[in-house]
Amino acid sequence: MKQKLEAAELTKKAHQLRRDIIEMIWQSGSGHVGGDLSVIDILTTLYYGVMNVSPDQREDPDRDRFLLSKGHCADALYCVLGDCGYYEKREAITTFSQYGSRFIGHPNTDVAGIELNSGSLGHGISVGVGMALAARMNGRPYRTYVVCGDGEMAEGSNYEGMMAAGHYKLDNFCVTVDVNGLQISGTTKEVMDSSLLAQKFEDFGFHVIEVADGNDCGQLLEAYRRAETQKGKPAAVIAHTVKGKGISYMENQASWHHGVMTEEQYRQAAADLWSRAEALGMSLDETHYGKEEA
Amino acid sequence: MGRISNRQAICEVLLEAAKEDQDIVVACSDSRGSASLAPFAKEFPEQFVELGIAEQNLVAVSAGLAACGKKVFAASPASFLSTRSYEQAKVDVAYSGTNVTLVGISGGVSYGALGMTHHSCQDIAAFCALPDMRVYLPSDRFQTKKLIQALLKDQKPAYVRVSRSASEDVYDEDLELSLNQAKVLEQGSDLTIIACGEMVSPSLAAARLLRQEGISAGVIDMYCLKPLDEAAVLEAARGSKCILTVEEHSPYGGLGSMVAQVVGAGCPRRVVNMALPDGHLIAGSGPEVFREYGLTGEGIAARAREVLAQEAGRDGA
Repeated sequence: MKQKLEAAELTKKAHQLRRDIIEMIWQSGSGHVGGDLSVIDILTTLYYGVMNVSPDQREDPDRDRFLLSKGHCADALYCVLGDCGYYEKREAITTFSQYGSRFIGHPNTDVAGIELNSGSLGHGISVGVGMALAARMNGRPYRTYVVCGDGEMAEGSNYEGMMAAGHYKLDNFCVTVDVNGLQISGTTKEVMDSSLLAQKFEDFGFHVIEVADGNDCGQLLEAYRRAETQKGKPAAVIAHTVKGKGISYMENQASWHHGVMTEEQYRQAAADLWSRAEALGMSLDETHYGKEEA
Repeated sequence: MGRISNRQAICEVLLEAAKEDQDIVVACSDSRGSASLAPFAKEFPEQFVELGIAEQNLVAVSAGLAACGKKVFAASPASFLSTRSYEQAKVDVAYSGTNVTLVGISGGVSYGALGMTHHSCQDIAAFCALPDMRVYLPSDRFQTKKLIQALLKDQKPAYVRVSRSASEDVYDEDLELSLNQAKVLEQGSDLTIIACGEMVSPSLAAARLLRQEGISAGVIDMYCLKPLDEAAVLEAARGSKCILTVEEHSPYGGLGSMVAQVVGAGCPRRVVNMALPDGHLIAGSGPEVFREYGLTGEGIAARAREVLAQEAGRDGA
């Protein structure tokens, strides 16, 4: 089992992964960059600070299970899994969405570390309920983690899954909603208001933990640790994030749900990342890229 | 008349298998009674999952269970299973290759008098079109048992449609089933009737009637819709003047469509399809609905005579 990271290291790791995401999006000319950047701190915290998973445990029946229900942010997940050592991260970055690549636009099991195919929204909670029920039936200690988007919460199937999770009191089950407040057509509030999510989860029998800054790995880590101790109820972590977090011109812009950077925008993104790296006191080695790019 | 229905046969097999295998799980959507699976739920409560009236959740939860080593049989009325949860069947079962057998109960027009909401006359077309999904319509209780036993031995997705009422016996206990190989029940040189599910028994009756008139009619039980036994279809096409397909399904995308595709490509012959009409069906019990649309031994024999007469006319012209 790998060493888990604490908040300060998680923050640096998430920053490195932001850099990888920007590189992947730049090289492929595609990807859901806005959501990648809102969810990356959640993924980093789960993979490096919370979940019992590693490339050595791929066949371990006791490994924690993870499903990215907002599957269009596969780009971010591929960077995380590559960084964890499931495969060469460089391959994911350079072949994402290219002809014949297994790193397609939504998670699929041809990629090591992906538990099950996803991409159509509103499936993850139900599939995760099945995984959590199987843990109970098999007497296994693993936990199941599902990450959804707030736009995704308009899918009615989510609520069937939530109802079952509450009904079966699945305290080995944790849903995170990446509430970045935006979806492809505009703000989630305007398109289809899925606010009061905490209330909705509570009504279905979840223990709800709100995270005021879902891009803060420290706050997320604390939330997941609290979720783990909850008995008799499934947990929901409602993480309030910023879409496009970390890249100045992408933040809170629905147009960056997916988008292709110009060269100038790519350079600006690199500059933004470098400023942040300096603020975090990170060295060149730690940031994966040379200062000349910035 | 067979003593038990095909759905009861499924329950018997699962009850027996679950004694030895605690990974067998049955999942229902408030359908344990209508699926005849209440005995399983009672006998193996730890291996039974109730999801309530929520078919999307039924299928997705089943996929999650299967992804963690369970062998899941998800049973729900075919009408809802093949429409409401179609995307979950596509993504979480077929695309993800999870070990889930979707059991469509009360298939076709089993709920004839309940109206179109409860009919599943599109399920063959729908499920056959899903990549990596297998589709089976067993014809009687013996074949249903052998089919479920065979499916328990592999880990691939499948859809099985059964009827609500007991079916006429086509086979007996000694049936040997080789998965994905059609059963040739009668050889015929004039025409071959290819049928599936509830239509196999009336097709056999039709062949008997025709034989009395000196017409040599073959009958094939194509319980395996996908993968379709193409070799059996082509052999029938080579050995007879024309093919008559019979199915409890819409005229589009089902057995008739698939047989015609194989025959057209491999051994062109006339293929005539008997199915339910494309439209509102008359209300009634299953047998009444079949009678209305000629899906009986008499009706099939009558259609066979017409087709053969047309063929003879064409030969003479």
